[in-house]
Amino acid sequence: MSKPKAGFYWCASCGGCEESVVDLAEDILGVVEAIDFVFFPVAMDFKREDVEAMEDGEMTVCFINGAIRSSEQREMAELLRRKSQVLIAYGSCSYQGGIPGLANLCSREEIFKFVYHDSPSTDNPQGTRPQVRFDAPEGELELPSLDKEVKSLDQVVEVDYYIPGCAPPTALLKAAVEALLSGDMPPKGSVIAPDTALCDDCPRIDTKPAEPLITEFKRPWQIQIDHEKCLLAQGLLCLGPATRGGCDHACIDGNMPCSGCMGPVSRVRDQGAAIISALGSLLNHDDPDEIDKALDGIPDPAGTFYRYGIPHSTLYARCGITAGNGES
Amino acid sequence: MSKDTPLPSAEGFEPRIVAFFCNWCTYTASDLAGTSRMQYAPNTRVIRVMCSGRIDPRFVLQTLREGADGVLLGGCRPGDCHYQSGNYKCLRRFKLLKRYLAQMGVENERVRLEWIAASEGDRVQKVTNEMVEQIRKLGHCRLEQIPRPETEPAAETHDLEQVGAGGMI
Repeated sequence: MSKPKAGFYWCASCGGCEESVVDLAEDILGVVEAIDFVFFPVAMDFKREDVEAMEDGEMTVCFINGAIRSSEQREMAELLRRKSQVLIAYGSCSYQGGIPGLANLCSREEIFKFVYHDSPSTDNPQGTRPQVRFDAPEGELELPSLDKEVKSLDQVVEVDYYIPGCAPPTALLKAAVEALLSGDMPPKGSVIAPDTALCDDCPRIDTKPAEPLITEFKRPWQIQIDHEKCLLAQGLLCLGPATRGGCDHACIDGNMPCSGCMGPVSRVRDQGAAIISALGSLLNHDDPDEIDKALDGIPDPAGTFYRYGIPHSTLYARCGITAGNGES
Repeated sequence: MSKDTPLPSAEGFEPRIVAFFCNWCTYTASDLAGTSRMQYAPNTRVIRVMCSGRIDPRFVLQTLREGADGVLLGGCRPGDCHYQSGNYKCLRRFKLLKRYLAQMGVENERVRLEWIAASEGDRVQKVTNEMVEQIRKLGHCRLEQIPRPETEPAAETHDLEQVGAGGMI
């Protein structure tokens, strides 16, 4: 019997998810022995035509990382959906919008205006903007257009499974591949990761405050961080209470607070609301002015609480960013 | 008025406000307003919770997502919480949530927290009328629509069932 075929594609992403495949180290040999990669633009020389030439459902599984922001990414997502039996949203961006999803705080026009005109490092005297058509000597070129907002993969095509993380922990990738090969997959729509909060198996859990205790919020560079004590108890914004575990608390072990890349556990739909709720319990002020003063220590709540998931949050995007045609 | 009720035209806009009132003070006050026959705008749908500390920020977000134009939270006055500290928790969550909502372009007037003691029926009347007028001026709360793949059936209503059944927040 021929080996199952697999694809690995990227959309709006940084390449870190591909790194996590490389991080399999020698285990990758076992993977390529069991699976045939038939599409993997970062690592291998297959083209879009090769995918188009496949039968529908020819790939057993396709991993897509990165959020969806352009017409090209949308087309590729739709194409790969047709050609794969199982589609896995791989990594925070694909799962929840990720870091690119932070762009849902700005309209496309605001982004273009800053990037092509106002940014201090931009030198663009002719005011050139990206175009979807261009007349080159060789003929007319058509380029992908930028959507008005960033979407997670499941807002564009049906997704079978999710693997969270920025980038996903290698152990989760291994577990998913093993489950796929054995046919022992969880129910469709599952997030393939432990379903407990990060705090649950945090080595510092014993020092986590049960009572309101935080008097002010600090940034990691402002204090000497204790290596043993709960980071929240030290006034650092650790998203552990609202974030799924399964990452082996790599950031915590590195003495840095959790920034929430694994997304919420299955019982929580909105990660940011969950951490707002938790911080409301932990902040040790009753006076409105003192509360305000303490909250000034969180200069960017949207970017902090939804760093990896604005498109997947209840509000999805800043109100009004899709208004008008936003053409440029 | 259910979610499916057709919205009146722009000139006849009636704000839909969902109010979360705590059992011990604000809900009792709204009862008092009713039994005292105080008249006020009929635009609020009141949901009774045991304590304002029970109001998860997610309730507010989902209420807006489901089509409310405003959300009013009511709890016991500071120092009067039936459970000692629930209203302070509510206040801290509310203040943090408001900062987030401002970043998301949700106008300040749409989400409001008021301390209303059990005897202050007139305050329920005043606050409700005030809020309805403010939101009437703002118009509908227009959140950005969440896209769905064409092949998948709409899953938004399904959400609510899970809230009821499984305690999903």
